[in-house]
Amino acid sequence: MPAHAETEPAELLLRVRDLRTWFLTDSGPVRAVDGVSFDLHAGETLGIVGESGSGKSVCAKSIMRLLDEPARIVGGSVEFRGRDLATLDDEALRAVRGREIAMVFQDPMTSLNPVLRIAKQLVEAMTAHGRFTPAAARTRAISLLRRMGVGRAEAAVDSYPHQFSGGMRQRVMLAMGFSNEPALLIADEPTTALDVTIQAQILELLRELNRDLGTAVILISHDLGVIANVCSRILVMYAGEVVEEGPPEQLLSDPRHPYTWALLHAAPRIDAEAADRRLTTIDGQPPDPRAWPAGCRFRARCPFAVAKCAEHPALLPIDEGRASRCWVTQEGGTLHTPARAPATAAPAQAPQPAAPLLEVRDLTKHFALPKQGYFSAPRVLRAVDGVSLSVARGETVGLVGESGCGKSTLARLVLRLHEPTSGTVAFDGTDITHAPQSAIRPLRRRMQMIFQDPYGSLNPRMSVGEILSGPLLLHGIVADGAAARARVAELLDIVGLPGAAAARFPHEFSGGQRQRISIARALALGPDLVVADEPVSALDVNIQAQIINLMVELQERLGLTYLFISHDLAVIRHVCDRIVVLYLGRVMEQGRAADLFSRPLHPYTRTLIAAAPVPDPRIERTRRHVPMQGEPPNAANPPSGCRFRTRCPAAQDICAAEEPKLRPGVEGQMVACHFPGVL
Amino acid sequence: MSGVAVPVAVPRPRPAAVRWLRRYGLAALGGAIILAWVLAAALAPWILSYGPNTVDVANRLKPPSAMHWLGTDALGRDVLARVVYGARISLSVGMAVVLVGGLFGTLLGAVAAYARGWAEEALMRVTDLVFCFPPIILAMAIAAALGIGTVNTVIAMLVVWWPKFARLARSLVLTQRSLEYVEAAQSVGFGPAHILVRQIIPNAVGPLIVLVTLDLGQAILVFAGLSFLGLGVVPPTAEWGAMVSEGRELVQQWWVATFPGLAILSVVMGFNFVGDGIRDWLDPHARTR
Repeated sequence: MPAHAETEPAELLLRVRDLRTWFLTDSGPVRAVDGVSFDLHAGETLGIVGESGSGKSVCAKSIMRLLDEPARIVGGSVEFRGRDLATLDDEALRAVRGREIAMVFQDPMTSLNPVLRIAKQLVEAMTAHGRFTPAAARTRAISLLRRMGVGRAEAAVDSYPHQFSGGMRQRVMLAMGFSNEPALLIADEPTTALDVTIQAQILELLRELNRDLGTAVILISHDLGVIANVCSRILVMYAGEVVEEGPPEQLLSDPRHPYTWALLHAAPRIDAEAADRRLTTIDGQPPDPRAWPAGCRFRARCPFAVAKCAEHPALLPIDEGRASRCWVTQEGGTLHTPARAPATAAPAQAPQPAAPLLEVRDLTKHFALPKQGYFSAPRVLRAVDGVSLSVARGETVGLVGESGCGKSTLARLVLRLHEPTSGTVAFDGTDITHAPQSAIRPLRRRMQMIFQDPYGSLNPRMSVGEILSGPLLLHGIVADGAAARARVAELLDIVGLPGAAAARFPHEFSGGQRQRISIARALALGPDLVVADEPVSALDVNIQAQIINLMVELQERLGLTYLFISHDLAVIRHVCDRIVVLYLGRVMEQGRAADLFSRPLHPYTRTLIAAAPVPDPRIERTRRHVPMQGEPPNAANPPSGCRFRTRCPAAQDICAAEEPKLRPGVEGQMVACHFPGVL
Repeated sequence: MSGVAVPVAVPRPRPAAVRWLRRYGLAALGGAIILAWVLAAALAPWILSYGPNTVDVANRLKPPSAMHWLGTDALGRDVLARVVYGARISLSVGMAVVLVGGLFGTLLGAVAAYARGWAEEALMRVTDLVFCFPPIILAMAIAAALGIGTVNTVIAMLVVWWPKFARLARSLVLTQRSLEYVEAAQSVGFGPAHILVRQIIPNAVGPLIVLVTLDLGQAILVFAGLSFLGLGVVPPTAEWGAMVSEGRELVQQWWVATFPGLAILSVVMGFNFVGDGIRDWLDPHARTR
């Protein structure tokens, strides 16, 4: 935690006043940023949080004026060290960009030029401002890369971006950002595209750089946990304005704006077991940025709204260093902790001894990789390498792991969208491992899938009615078009969409609504097993909570069995009965969710849990931090012995020599480690 | 800081009509040219006072006049009548080549992309083979081998025409194939034919339609080229390329070759304008401006 608060008030670096950035489109101005004011002192870490469309990214880009037509700063000022960047001429602004203010973007895959070597890009960034000679810049590039934690920096500097992983590229971006010793670094969702262990490394690096170099940081994220981890002050944005401001300790434990309150309670927590799987959600959607409502912009969705909210509140100070744009809290009202819906269904059902609905034994899937040379041996990628698991009827089993661990491939093998290389998949006692598609087709009614991408998983040329009635007619579940229409209306009602939605096309819906349609399609055939592949990872936290609630409710109503895939441990902990942890195509650990989180036996599980940020700095400080070193190895050429050994803090000689078997630990927990529970 | 509008200079959006004209003005012009040619070709016998093959040796090589608006050729045939009748053959050959070649190539490319494996490999090598030759030379060789005549020329053009559609369709289907809605359809139990024809192809037609439109002008140009070289039509059929060929030595009588040439120019440009317009309309990126 940077300790600038206690020292002398530092130099005022950035003074943003009433900033308004609008998109001047043909159909009228879109008021993306509409009256944002804040101060930033030298060396401070400021977090800006909000859901997509809240204006946080546009706000950050406005500071450096990195705006494309039709976006334009139509009002307000951005004073940086006494100069107003909003009106500064282009040449003077270029001198500020990169030299005094640097920016790191979300997508490390596209923000580096793919045809230039890393060295060239770093050297150009430094020589552009005339502060370094090319030779000095190259030396500095190497030392910067080393500082950013890039291994073998002398060699790495001559690589091309595609030779680097996402996390490494983000380190290069940070090296570039810091190369001219800027006074301010703006990081726009710098870890959103990264795995949780890499995210933890990058956030740690950001904290260190801020502490050691005194560079002020503006960190933009949708994730309160990420923000709380790095920042000493938080701005919460909603509908183009700042609705709350304050230090994380107070803002996150005692929010004074209902929107902050909603953000906090909608997110599942990794550090506590929930009594109920339903999350607190708020209704509705953010207002239309073309026509913000009069009065408080959050009023329509606010569970605490009072009559006075018809008047637009100003951002008024409440305590020392805190401000909120809310009439309710300003007049002394409190935002009570949400009353959880009483758990109607008996919680924690005893595990049924019934035969498993899905039984997977020693499943492998090898993908052929392109040969490196004409005479070289064919290579295979062992995406799934000997995985066994079973899913009982009515149960939710979570599959968790970083990208490339084979969890999505496993989902597609289970549903026989891919054919396994070896092993067996049995669905309700029927072996479907190598069954032809014609034999599987009747079973498709009973096993369905929910997809990750709410934009790609619905055919854009088909109306929602066609999307939902297609499966019904194919399997002869309904006799004719009229019956299909009736069933479609029923399905839409089940997932909470109006009946009129049937006539509309996917592009007319928001991400959350599309995911509801995707769920309705999976339910159309009345399945027993639903495989959900990252069903909520593309959604904002409130929408995510709504979809989780819907899935939980449907499970209770229809007795569904879920195989739930996610990279997000908090979500997995929240919804799953049992959890399977995958690493490079192998099961590392499996067991009941509660046991796995309270007593992880495998070092990988332990590091994963430690890497996930918690949106409460006080808890974060008391949590165990197990540093995870390095990057996941190449899946095409996994390490000998235990696959995790290269990143394991507890690895010994035996780990390289001998692969540990998945053995029973305590109380049904299974772990593949030579030293279970050592961490 | 309140919700009242700030006094800022927000430029007024341009009127809708101006924006439409800037975006689709050329496409509309192209459409009008094509429509005019189609109407003229269809109504030729009723709007013209001469037939295309009415020989009048007494009035040979007359310059444009009130009698013969675009003059007469070496056999005294009315150039205007021949140009208008020529549109019939040019437009229909262009459409036949592009539509048949496009349909065949699209289906082949789409099936190959969906099936993957050796079928895709084989098809791509065949397209490579065709692309190895300059298209006009290959079409000439085939047309010459088959013998002079419109049908034979169309066949020759089809041979060189389908591969580009097969290539484009393949890449479009490959892109669509990786989207999750295809997996969703598979997991529901739909068969490959349904998924390809009913789900993937409708999502891939946009760029294909653009190619078809841009290609119509190209096909007309190639056909005129083949006719110019004496391979397209059997004389005395009125055809633009053949007419330019007949007039190419008549330097004094410029009208014999110039007007059919202008006809080719206008049709090719018309189709290009329409194709560009459709591309802009389909491309959401270009539409935001």
